Amino acid sequence: MTEPDPLEEELRSAGAVADEQRRAAPAPTRGPADPPSSAAGGSGTVRSSISGQSVRRGDRVFKGLAAGSGAVLLVVMAAIAAFLVWKAWPALFAGDANKGNLFTTQKWSFSSEGPSNFGVAALAFGTIVSATIAMAIGVPVAIGIALYISHYAPRRLATVLGGLVDLLAAVPSLVFGMWGLYLLVPKTQGFQSWLNEYFSWTYIFDNTRFTNPNQYGQSLLMAGIVLAIMILPVVSAVCREVFLQTPRETVDAAWALGATKWETIRTAVLPFGRAGMISAAMLGLGRALGETIAVALLLSSAFKINGHLTEKAGDTFASTIALKFGEASGTPLGIPALITAGLFLFVITLIVNSIARAIIARKKDFTA
Amino acid sequence: MAKRIDVESLNVYYSDFLAVQDASIKIAPLTVTAFIGPSGCGKSTFLRTLNRMHEVIPGGRVDGKVMLDGEDLYGPGVDPVNVRRTVGMVFQKANPFPTMSIYDNVIAGYKIAGTRKGRNELDDIVERSLRGANLWEEVKHRLNRPGAGLSGGQQQRLCIARAIAVEPQVLLMDEPCSALDPISTLAIEDLISELKTRYTIVIVTHNMQQAARVSDRTAFFNLAGVGQPGRLVEYDETTKIFSNPSEKATEDYISGRFG
Ligand SMILES: Nc1ncnc2c1ncn2[C@@H]1O[C@H](COP(=O)(O)OP(=O)(O)OP(=O)(O)O)[C@@H](O)[C@H]1O
Ligand SMILES: [Mg+2]
Repeated sequence: MTEPDPLEEELRSAGAVADEQRRAAPAPTRGPADPPSSAAGGSGTVRSSISGQSVRRGDRVFKGLAAGSGAVLLVVMAAIAAFLVWKAWPALFAGDANKGNLFTTQKWSFSSEGPSNFGVAALAFGTIVSATIAMAIGVPVAIGIALYISHYAPRRLATVLGGLVDLLAAVPSLVFGMWGLYLLVPKTQGFQSWLNEYFSWTYIFDNTRFTNPNQYGQSLLMAGIVLAIMILPVVSAVCREVFLQTPRETVDAAWALGATKWETIRTAVLPFGRAGMISAAMLGLGRALGETIAVALLLSSAFKINGHLTEKAGDTFASTIALKFGEASGTPLGIPALITAGLFLFVITLIVNSIARAIIARKKDFTA
Repeated sequence: MAKRIDVESLNVYYSDFLAVQDASIKIAPLTVTAFIGPSGCGKSTFLRTLNRMHEVIPGGRVDGKVMLDGEDLYGPGVDPVNVRRTVGMVFQKANPFPTMSIYDNVIAGYKIAGTRKGRNELDDIVERSLRGANLWEEVKHRLNRPGAGLSGGQQQRLCIARAIAVEPQVLLMDEPCSALDPISTLAIEDLISELKTRYTIVIVTHNMQQAARVSDRTAFFNLAGVGQPGRLVEYDETTKIFSNPSEKATEDYISGRFG
């Protein structure tokens, strides 16, 4: 259980592949359209020095490599998708073997003789909710850290802070999970019950079950908070680099119009970094969606959709795959069902990435 | 509206490096003053002290006085933000905000200041400023296109429009034509002559003809030697500087016998 699940690793890299693929995809198709560039530049016939085409070996080699890498990515992508569909097939189309509905059933039970009863509804809910909490908390804080490091902190402090943030990125997720479970959860029982006391009208912070603070514990809220901390380093590191790239002239333009520091950041730095911030958020989201072990430690599995975020319930695709792998091989549909969960995670990642790309592309003319 | 500038023995530093030493100059309202001099002599540095843009650079500081209508820009209780709203600036490299449309670029100063204005009023400001910068006819049909999509000369005029949109009292221009073709350059020179009726203008230029054409007075900056601070060598009527300068260094420079 301490090892990151290999399947999860694969899924996560698949997300990255999906990213790359869009950029690299046109490369191979452009190949044949190019005029042949060899057989020129030869001697013999009388030619002026500018006629013909010079052989640029470097160009051609590099183009070949680039196109090849693009193609490899496409193939890997397709292979992963095909593998997932193939292995998930028995669970996707289980027919009578699954009493539940794959999409709506909030259960995850398998039997070796009779029909099983499972669906991904609760997993999808938990995955999306925990990732949303993580993004809602993590991204603004990460952007704040990045802005502080890039534009406010004195240089030496900025270096130290930047190093610390990078260090945080190197902490294994298991450590985050244990920290969350053994420190954050017990220390925030009061906070969680306080939320219930004063914010139960929000529904999400309402807790209908617990009457005593020390009943509080593992919850989607806690998982979301720990995930927020886990995505901080990568999001803020990328944002910091993006903010530092803001052209000096653009910043000067804002200063010269009488902008205060914050106004300069608002008019010059943030708009310039918009696409970069979205990409950074996507990297964070990738981690939040795919995180396995920390989430597994911080959730108490119930396979129920429960909108009360502080109650003990919650499962994500990744945590379920990790937790249920051991017992899954005992039943015919156990493994296919887990792979179905992987497939759903894969599809969600793809959809979210596409949306992010579309948002970035929408204002393409207005980027530096 | 336009204001006069009096600089009294100003030293300008980058951290410990003294870039301009002991410069004093009196600039009358509604005049065009040209700064000329060899590269690295501190023209841009000095210009940027006139709207407190110098201190934006880490380590940038000054001592001495810059008086705007008798009020010390560097006095206690003076907010550099207000100074920059009063003294506008156009840079050597055109720098429209890349993420903004032409329209939004022009009104950027109002947006930054948080001034609330109706759509009609903003439309008027945009048209007036773009006409003022001789750009209106070229862009009136594409005000919502990105400002960075214009040609270099158009971008520079857009930056001028942006600077004059907020109606500053002084306009500083650092080599505004250095990257422009002769026609755009002429357009901007004409513009300067027009703007002169409303603003006090200070312009840095490497182009002697330009200085002679547009300015009333000219200041010549020079370096005594490598690693030495730049100094304001001579400041006089433009006609005098270009016909009969009092300093030998000035004469050498304008006649191309520099170095
Ligand atoms: N950001 C900076 N940090 C440190 N020194 C600087 C900085 N900018 C300029 N300097 C130095 O200050 C001196 C004056 O530079 P400045 O840019 O004012 O010259 P200039 O007269 O405008 O030259 P040019 O005609 O080439 O634009 C130079 O020695 C330069 O190296
Ligand atoms: Mg300069």
